[in-house]
Amino acid sequence: MSVEKKLTAVIVDDEELARAVLREMLSHHADIEVTAECANGFEAVKAVSERKPDLLFLDIQMPKLDGFEVLELIGTDMAIVFATAYDQYALRAFEVHAVDYLLKPYGADRFEAALARARERAGEKKPAPAELRASATPPGQFADRIVVRDGANVHIIPTAKLDFVEAQDDYIAIASKGAKHLKQQTISSIETALDPKQFLRIHRSYIVNLERVAKVEPYGKDSKVAILSDGTKLPVSRAGYARLREVLDGKA
Amino acid sequence: MHPILSQFRRLGLYLLAWVPFAGLLFYLFTAFGGMTRYEAEVLVPILCLIYAFDCLTAWYTCKTTPIETSGFLRLLSTHLLAAGIMSSLWVLIARGVARLMAYSPSFSHAPEHVSHNASLLFGTGVMLYLLSVGLHYVLLALQQSQAAEQRLSAAKVLARDAELRALKTQINPHFLFNSLHSISALTSIDAGRARDMCVALADFLRLTLGMGEKTVIPLEEELALLRKYLAVEKIRFGTRLLMEEDIEPETLVFTVPPLLLQPLIENAVTHGIANLPQGGWIKLAVHRNGSEGSLNITVANNFDPEMPPRRRSGVGLVNVRQRMDARYGNRAHFEARKIDDRFEVQLGIPAETVVNA
Repeated sequence: MSVEKKLTAVIVDDEELARAVLREMLSHHADIEVTAECANGFEAVKAVSERKPDLLFLDIQMPKLDGFEVLELIGTDMAIVFATAYDQYALRAFEVHAVDYLLKPYGADRFEAALARARERAGEKKPAPAELRASATPPGQFADRIVVRDGANVHIIPTAKLDFVEAQDDYIAIASKGAKHLKQQTISSIETALDPKQFLRIHRSYIVNLERVAKVEPYGKDSKVAILSDGTKLPVSRAGYARLREVLDGKA
Repeated sequence: MHPILSQFRRLGLYLLAWVPFAGLLFYLFTAFGGMTRYEAEVLVPILCLIYAFDCLTAWYTCKTTPIETSGFLRLLSTHLLAAGIMSSLWVLIARGVARLMAYSPSFSHAPEHVSHNASLLFGTGVMLYLLSVGLHYVLLALQQSQAAEQRLSAAKVLARDAELRALKTQINPHFLFNSLHSISALTSIDAGRARDMCVALADFLRLTLGMGEKTVIPLEEELALLRKYLAVEKIRFGTRLLMEEDIEPETLVFTVPPLLLQPLIENAVTHGIANLPQGGWIKLAVHRNGSEGSLNITVANNFDPEMPPRRRSGVGLVNVRQRMDARYGNRAHFEARKIDDRFEVQLGIPAETVVNA
């Protein structure tokens, strides 16, 4: 650990006074520079992608995007310390490889311990954040919305408005209201995050919102094609067709 | 369980009540029935003791023919028939006893005298039995009102329990933790404001603690509590929190269950203000509807419609609704709705001023 190198930090909390606590406690460390303070999830995504800090202090319940959604959208090359008044997210926080979890209100001792751990782990590489979030989703609970970053812009797509998901190499394309949003995530990981009552994997590369399926037609010799209500055609594999039949027959 | 047989004291009292009837029968037998004093002295106590117990059977006929639901003819026929049967039985017993007495030479005329008095005995028996029917109906009514009272007090205890539990859950621990964190921040920035916030938080807690014992409080007190709560939240959220009040001054004296509005305001803060980076507003309006004699309360706030509903949200609303139901039943109405980015809860409760608990 080199002491000479200055560390940069970003503080994210919607409450000014909560940011002030962190600012003050960090001010005792000459080698740490606070490069940005953010009051909501959007600002956080923007600031982190522009400034690439070494340390990130992150609140969980915030306007626009919560702390986990922010994590899902930003790089992973920093040490993350959550700071929140809620204790029920601790497990999820460690599943997304957070360095520490500060419960408000916290004292200087507790903060110093978290900072020491953060220094050690700064610069560690971690798995893609979207994968982590999927694995951290509690069983039986599914995503209400999907967050996608496009440069500094953040799109929030409620799952009800999601038409289908298409796998493209390391990315997925999320189709909603005629537009496609790219996200670095595997199709299997988003499949586990989506409610299986509403979304079905119809092909190795496709997940469809069942409410959008208008009809299924034969296509070629032994494959099928699903036609969505807006006319989009999606391939259906043999296994996908079996699953689809199961769901549709079960409904009827 | 028979109310008289179940306790020795009651049985004793009941038998004591038979002494005057025994005296009456003795008088009738000796004065009009031509019975000798000795015969009556032996016969009357035995007959009265037996019949006292016989009359207790009226309990079962009374229970199977409740006075409220059975028709007059049914009541009359049932009890007259029972009285006839019991009294005839009594006459038969009297004859049997007289026959036994006749084994003694001094009572050799007893059977004769009893037959002579049979109709007198039968008439008395019917009257006594009907008296007993009346007594048992009174006992039944007493027992029913006792049971009703017990049910009522059990319901009251349940309601109180629910209320205390509600009060406990209504003070959100995260509110406390976040406030303490703000105080911790202020100690080094602005010690004076830190102290103000400590005081506001303490005032709020003190007020909520006192409310657990009351079933209703004047609206004015609930508003005082809300203002303490908002004083704390205003330090946390600063200019992001905008509160508007539209309260008719004459409504202040009407009563509300304690902490009925606080969870609604807290909801507006945690689901509205806390999710709006530029801040938001909360509106509280209280009006009296004179013609319906009701108090109409509206709590409205704006929110970010893009935020997914948080887990456990709605618990506060359910709680408020249950407490209103428990206190006012169908005299209260509750409505919560979302219109675009506005969330609104409307309550209507009876406009009551005095504690009638």
